[in-house]
Amino acid sequence: MLGLNKRDTKFLIIVILLTAFTPFLLQPFPEGSAMAQFNGGYPDLMQRVAIFGIFAIGFNILFGLTGYLSFGHAAFLGVGSYSAVWMMKLLSMNIIPGIILAMIMSGLFALLIGWISLRRSGIYFSILTLAFAQMSYNLAYSVLTPLTNGETGLQIRPNDPRILDGENASPYTNLFGLDMSASYKWEVFGHQFTFNTGFYVCAVIAVIAFYISLRIFRSPFGMMLRAVKSNQQRMSYTGLNPRPYTLAAFVISGMYAGLAGGLLAAMDPLAGAERMQWTVGGEVVIMTILGGAGTLLGPVLGAGAIKYLENIFSKINDNVLHNWFSFLPDTPFWTGFPFYSDASIEDAVVWFFSRFTGEGWALTLGLMFMLVVTFLPGGLVEGGRRIMGLFKRKPKGDGDDPEHHPQSTPHVAE
Amino acid sequence: MDQILLQILNGLDKGSAYALIALGLTLIFGTLGVVNFAHGALFMIGAFCAVTLQKLLSYSTVTIDPTKTDFLGNPAKIKTPYVEAWFGPEMGAAIIDWSVPLAILFSIPIMILIGFIMERGLIKHFYNRPHADQILVTFGLAIVLQEIIKQKFGANPIPTPAPDAFRGSFDFGVLLGFDPNAIIYPYWRIIYFVFSLVVISSVFAFLRFTTFGMVVRAGMADRETVGLLGINIDKRFTIMFGIAAAVAGVAGVMYAPINSPNYHMGMDFLVLSFVVVVVGGMGSLPGAVLAGFLLGILESFASMNEIKQFLPGIDQIIIYLTAIVILLVRPRGLMGKRGVMEE
Amino acid sequence: MGILEVKNVGKRFGGLQALGDVNLSVAENTVHAIIGPNGAGKSTLLNVLVGKLIPDTGSVMFDGQSVLGRKPHEINQMGISRVFQTPEIFGDLTVMENVMIPCFARRDGSFRMHAFETVSQERDIVDEAEHILNDVNMLDKREMHAASLSRGDKRRLEMAMCLVQKPRLLLLDEPTAGMARADTNNTIELLKHIRDTRDITMAIIEHDMHVVFSLAERITVLAQGTPLVEDTPENIKGHPKVKEAYLGEQAQE
Repeated sequence: MLGLNKRDTKFLIIVILLTAFTPFLLQPFPEGSAMAQFNGGYPDLMQRVAIFGIFAIGFNILFGLTGYLSFGHAAFLGVGSYSAVWMMKLLSMNIIPGIILAMIMSGLFALLIGWISLRRSGIYFSILTLAFAQMSYNLAYSVLTPLTNGETGLQIRPNDPRILDGENASPYTNLFGLDMSASYKWEVFGHQFTFNTGFYVCAVIAVIAFYISLRIFRSPFGMMLRAVKSNQQRMSYTGLNPRPYTLAAFVISGMYAGLAGGLLAAMDPLAGAERMQWTVGGEVVIMTILGGAGTLLGPVLGAGAIKYLENIFSKINDNVLHNWFSFLPDTPFWTGFPFYSDASIEDAVVWFFSRFTGEGWALTLGLMFMLVVTFLPGGLVEGGRRIMGLFKRKPKGDGDDPEHHPQSTPHVAE
Repeated sequence: MDQILLQILNGLDKGSAYALIALGLTLIFGTLGVVNFAHGALFMIGAFCAVTLQKLLSYSTVTIDPTKTDFLGNPAKIKTPYVEAWFGPEMGAAIIDWSVPLAILFSIPIMILIGFIMERGLIKHFYNRPHADQILVTFGLAIVLQEIIKQKFGANPIPTPAPDAFRGSFDFGVLLGFDPNAIIYPYWRIIYFVFSLVVISSVFAFLRFTTFGMVVRAGMADRETVGLLGINIDKRFTIMFGIAAAVAGVAGVMYAPINSPNYHMGMDFLVLSFVVVVVGGMGSLPGAVLAGFLLGILESFASMNEIKQFLPGIDQIIIYLTAIVILLVRPRGLMGKRGVMEE
Repeated sequence: MGILEVKNVGKRFGGLQALGDVNLSVAENTVHAIIGPNGAGKSTLLNVLVGKLIPDTGSVMFDGQSVLGRKPHEINQMGISRVFQTPEIFGDLTVMENVMIPCFARRDGSFRMHAFETVSQERDIVDEAEHILNDVNMLDKREMHAASLSRGDKRRLEMAMCLVQKPRLLLLDEPTAGMARADTNNTIELLKHIRDTRDITMAIIEHDMHVVFSLAERITVLAQGTPLVEDTPENIKGHPKVKEAYLGEQAQE
């Protein structure tokens, strides 16, 4: 069905179901319970998971499949956002023109940058993309200010032309009248589930994006990309020109990034230069690797995990920590020392953990990333597979478990 | 003419910083074959060594002087730095004043130690892993180091002034026969430039005139053969890394007065430093240094008002544009070896 | 007029004349070996033939068309396949995928955007790939990870990848380098099989005389960048100049 074989079709259906039930899955704890703060079922977070999932899926095509590490994809994210906001100012608050232009502009931009950067490979390529990313950021921040509104960022205003919108058009971002920000809350058994239009729009697009990446993985084109990663020299000597393949992968991943940027603006009509900083590009690298580069589901898992953890960790502040550790004795930790003689053991423990929570999230992320790159380069997917390997004596590898989808070549693409 | 000279001078301080960081990067890449994205963080740590020393030296006891009152009517608190208490008020104040240059001495062992720990603990496990993995793990490390500094010192820049004697500017133009006040240049920046030349020459001298340096140069030319010759390359790698870290660190220490250290200065300089290394030619030490200075001066010229009128914002992107052009036209950079990375 | 005509090729690297006045003619459907002591310029010559190096002088014509200045993939599409000294294969892919890729290259050219087809449904490619794997006796290993094959198997895989493209000229760069006797013999048998069952021209650069004398119909001896002798194997065997080239000053001592 839809050009997929049976196993892949099962996989796709499971992905669709998981996406549809995200509001349930991310909200396992009842309201008001002690664990409620670990809930993640907010429209904002769910939208971000879907959007960054799209970003990561596209990035994975260039990095995981083709083996080219680009730090510059944040530039396409930014271009997507700016394009979408311009459409919302000029044409309509309907998100469709914005998203379409986002993909076109980012595709063109990717074509230009890719054409130049791909003339080199390896670390030269990575540094070139880094240079382009910073350059784009600087351009957006201070040079092309009529287009980007520099530091303040591009925003919509009530008196924007919006020539396609009629008198009664919604002032909010919408899809043919369906407001993105509209949510329906459902209270049942003490849980509160939020169903948000914006999230479902992003989710549908994410599923389509996932489907496309699935087709690419299984196609001859995908196989060629893996050949580029495996042995680019052999590829040339086999009569294939790697350049158009890598350029195609670059443009495709750029368009995914542009789509993600457009959706970000569609949910929240604002575009700022900081979205183009190379460190944002670094974040998508982290997501893809954390989830599992070169696998189908890895990037999405990575995006979801990081956005979720970012949300949770940032909300844990000192008070929360004190609450958790209140069972520890109040005895002083260290007497006689000039600065900390009043600190109790509880205070010391709280201090330690607070390094990693709240504003310490970036530190936690950096450490996590280092650990993954060093010990588990296959990311969550590889981790999951190893755990499954412990349970099953002889891993059959039959696709019962959609997350892991093993094949007889366990190393690269799934 | 004086304008041109002024712009050249203006570009020298940043250029010196780029040159020093690029030097360390090239040493690490050329000898160890590792791409170190955490190098900018080392620069930042050096700058914060200066900050720390200054803070340490300024630790004061607080005594209450009942005879004086502050503006609220309470007995005044007098802060007396311990240093002043120990060495006497004049000497103590002088020590605090000179905390930045003193920090050089203070930071060298620290940076070498950090370099050793980094190399032994992390980098050496990545020698045989692909460049992409090296970039990624050092990128992670850079984030971690940056966040640690941010947590300890806060998110705001911390002014770290130069010693009083060097705080002002002087009339440079007069020395060269120009009219008075044509070229006024801050003392400290000239000192920074001279300092960087000293460091660079020391490194080159070390490589040229010591046996250790000779082995390192051989390793840069052909690592495999050196290993096969039975030379214990591991220990030398560690020492090399320590030296590179120290170079970045002292570059940071001395830069502290020029631009108040803040937690993301490492990342800011890192991108540009890589660009410099690539323009100079990866693996070429003179190339890295030369490119560092040239790009610093280029950036300075691009920010001249006359040029900005024609091409607004050009100063922001000139370095990247130059790098892109050079990478396309002459991929081995200014002084790189022919055939390296010309794929 | 041979299928491969090398005329007057010269190449200098700084002060070193790696190749000088090289003239070589490889007749179609023959096995032509190029031998010579170390430093004779064999690898340099090979790199010229596959497009990696551009000579300072001279011409290289394949089937009447110049090879010089073309990119490696273009040269392959002209009909020249190459086997490397250390087998170059796609390590991350399965054996089957390794062989399918050259099939695609032959059918679709150097680039085709086939992102919406599925590999497993390309029946003709799959069949062709299975056929060649059968030919080299590797069909049972089709789902194996190429990187985990033994050295000899990798060599066979690489050979299969070249052959499936039905090249007119197969260039072999020391195909038995580093192999033990048994493997070498297997390779010789494989090459003989290829020679006998196909219309194919083979140019082999080789050190191992046993291989050369088992397969070659003509031999060119290179010494110090220039051809010394070109003749049939029997005539080369006892040739005094060849001995001198290989043994060098020792013969004079």
